[in-house]
Amino acid sequence: MTLLVSVFAALTCTAIWYKNAPKNEMKVGVLCWLFWGSSLMWFIDACFEYAELGAEYFTPAPVDMLNDFFLGMSVVALGMLIWLAILLVSDPKGALKSVLFQKK
Amino acid sequence: MACFLVPAAEAAVTTIAAKAMKSKERGLPVHKVAVGSGFEDVEAIPFSKKLNWLSKLLWGGSALLCFEHVWHGEVVPFFPFLTAASDPAEAAVMLDEMASVGGSMALFLTGAWAVMLFAAHKIQKKALYPQLSAK
Repeated sequence: MTLLVSVFAALTCTAIWYKNAPKNEMKVGVLCWLFWGSSLMWFIDACFEYAELGAEYFTPAPVDMLNDFFLGMSVVALGMLIWLAILLVSDPKGALKSVLFQKK
Repeated sequence: MACFLVPAAEAAVTTIAAKAMKSKERGLPVHKVAVGSGFEDVEAIPFSKKLNWLSKLLWGGSALLCFEHVWHGEVVPFFPFLTAASDPAEAAVMLDEMASVGGSMALFLTGAWAVMLFAAHKIQKKALYPQLSAK
């Protein structure tokens, strides 16, 4: 479930990135790297788990599914926090500067 | 248990390598590319930038997987940071998992990056030498 949530987040971010490319004012590319990186890593994790459990891997207990979904959503929230921090620190549109420094 | 440490270590190496390459790179050759009805002067992407793609992929994945390990109580904010490291038997299992799962993750991400490089090369070639790709 965590892998699935991460993959959907990666696909959504990539679509948004492509829609606005080559402009990168919102730094959506950061989210793409974060979610694709974690998706690929969780895919390998899933492969190892599948090799261990077999078909049982696809029939998790509802409680495990809910916990994994909760983890997936928390991962998306953390990814977005990292993105927001990078966006505000780099401030590509100069929005923060204009708020903090008023013209005379 | 601590599989994300292997891709994180690779990320550190690629970040340093990309920075070292960037400092040595000189001006790249400029090419004319057909855009719409006109032409545009473009530079090919330097290898340091391509290596940076791999760094971002590895750092991004490692950061979110680190969070997953914190979630499962495998990484803690106090010494020895990895719960499995406090018990020798568990530490052996952890090292084995790092070698198998972590190593596979690092290899898979590097493979995905290699596919990206190949695709980027094909797109560049098509844009720079359209007459070659038409044959």
